[in-house]
Amino acid sequence: MELPLTLEIILKAVVVLAAFLTLPLAIGQTEHKVMAHMQGRLGPMEAGPHGIAQLVADGIKFVQKEDVTPAAADRWVFRLAPAVALIPYLIALAVIPWSAAWVAADVPASLLFVLAVTSVGIFGTLMAGWGSGNKYSLVGGMRAGAQLVSYELPMVLAAASVAMAAGTLSLTGIAQAWSWWWLVWQLPGALVFLVAAVAELQRVPFDSPLADSEVVFGPYTEYTGLRFAFFLLAEYAGIVVMSLLFTVLFLGGWAGPWSDTLGPVWTLLKATLVAILILWLRIAWPRVREDQLQRLAWMVLVPLALVQLALTGVGVVVWG
Amino acid sequence: MTEQKPGALDLLRGLGKGLATTARTLATPAHTRQYPHVEPDLPERSHGVIALLEENCTSCMLCARECPDWCIYIDSHKETLEPTTEGGRARQHNVLDRFDIDFSLCMYCGICIEVCPFDALFWAPDFAYAEGDIRNLLHDKPKLGTWMERVPESALPESAAPESAVPEAGAAGSTAPQAGAAVPEADE
Repeated sequence: MELPLTLEIILKAVVVLAAFLTLPLAIGQTEHKVMAHMQGRLGPMEAGPHGIAQLVADGIKFVQKEDVTPAAADRWVFRLAPAVALIPYLIALAVIPWSAAWVAADVPASLLFVLAVTSVGIFGTLMAGWGSGNKYSLVGGMRAGAQLVSYELPMVLAAASVAMAAGTLSLTGIAQAWSWWWLVWQLPGALVFLVAAVAELQRVPFDSPLADSEVVFGPYTEYTGLRFAFFLLAEYAGIVVMSLLFTVLFLGGWAGPWSDTLGPVWTLLKATLVAILILWLRIAWPRVREDQLQRLAWMVLVPLALVQLALTGVGVVVWG
Repeated sequence: MTEQKPGALDLLRGLGKGLATTARTLATPAHTRQYPHVEPDLPERSHGVIALLEENCTSCMLCARECPDWCIYIDSHKETLEPTTEGGRARQHNVLDRFDIDFSLCMYCGICIEVCPFDALFWAPDFAYAEGDIRNLLHDKPKLGTWMERVPESALPESAAPESAVPEAGAAGSTAPQAGAAVPEADE
């Protein structure tokens, strides 16, 4: 069935928006439950069966809160920041393929596009840090900026390694070129990418921009109500995007038995496991200090990513 | 870099331990009891609230005087018992008019229970007696008496076993005020 182009675009946009609004909630709910059970608790139990509607209840609560803009804040920067943090992940979600056919916008260099767009998200944090008119926010924002500068490089290098191996910058092309022995071949790159992704999401163990014992809640300190909720949503949307990206780059995306029909299910399953791993790190590990964080990026991850790049180059020349 | 630092291997082992511990906890069922839906399984002698066995009280005021924050209020009057035998002496005994405990002041130290010479006060395991208004926490003797229901058998003195528990003691229980009143006279 051939749909008119505008209708197709609108339909795809609606589907992506629906995924963007539901998947982060699913991740958030999973985090609530997994964290609770890992700590010997039950987690939310009252909102719906086994607290299934807890995040909906939280959302309703956030909507009711007053939207405060501090007097010292840089008004427009402050108010715009949550949107800047949130929307890049929505755009990134549109170009990540779930299977060869299931991709909302098949951009030729989609890997480049995703990496570029997700990097914009950090501006939201920086704007929040700068615009809040609060010293803790500022320190947190600067930490976030420093963290992004350090971890963007190994992340791009690790992604470049996969793109080199596949010989394409298209995420669909990369996932199609993937075969199981890449799991070994690209292992160092995968580890670097995962660590860098967690750092870019500012999640434990790399959450020093938000370290509550040091800088209150960093750039988000002054936010209330719906704007605060948008930052939280951006964090979980970030987990969704990074998990999907990791799945497509390093785990073959929809590769698996009956991938012709079950492709998107495989993508979803793998991405869910990656997301749970990211949640698990938060629960099990302590926070890395700011200087340790920089040391890890420049003295471990960047060299490791370069080694991976060399390894990939040799592999491509020898087998390709 | 002369300070002693854990090596990279120690670090990785530590991180692995963190993951293993949390995974093990995840696999173990949580011990949480969903309180409002599931009643807690309390030990029978847990200290929940202070119950009054009215017939044992002689209005001696020891509990009220020992109470650190003065949350026990007692009023009583004397009544005379005519002699039962020819040429006998009329006897007086105390009749308890009011025995209130203000649970908004009570700090559950249990001194009143310890100090009572006649086993009139007991720890009962009930705990869910919150009120919407702090003034409603002043409980009178009928209310304090209702909590005697859940005071375990093992906490009660043999002479004061409740009527329902031991039928033989039930007969004694009905005459308990007189029996209780007889005790201080023996002291005199």
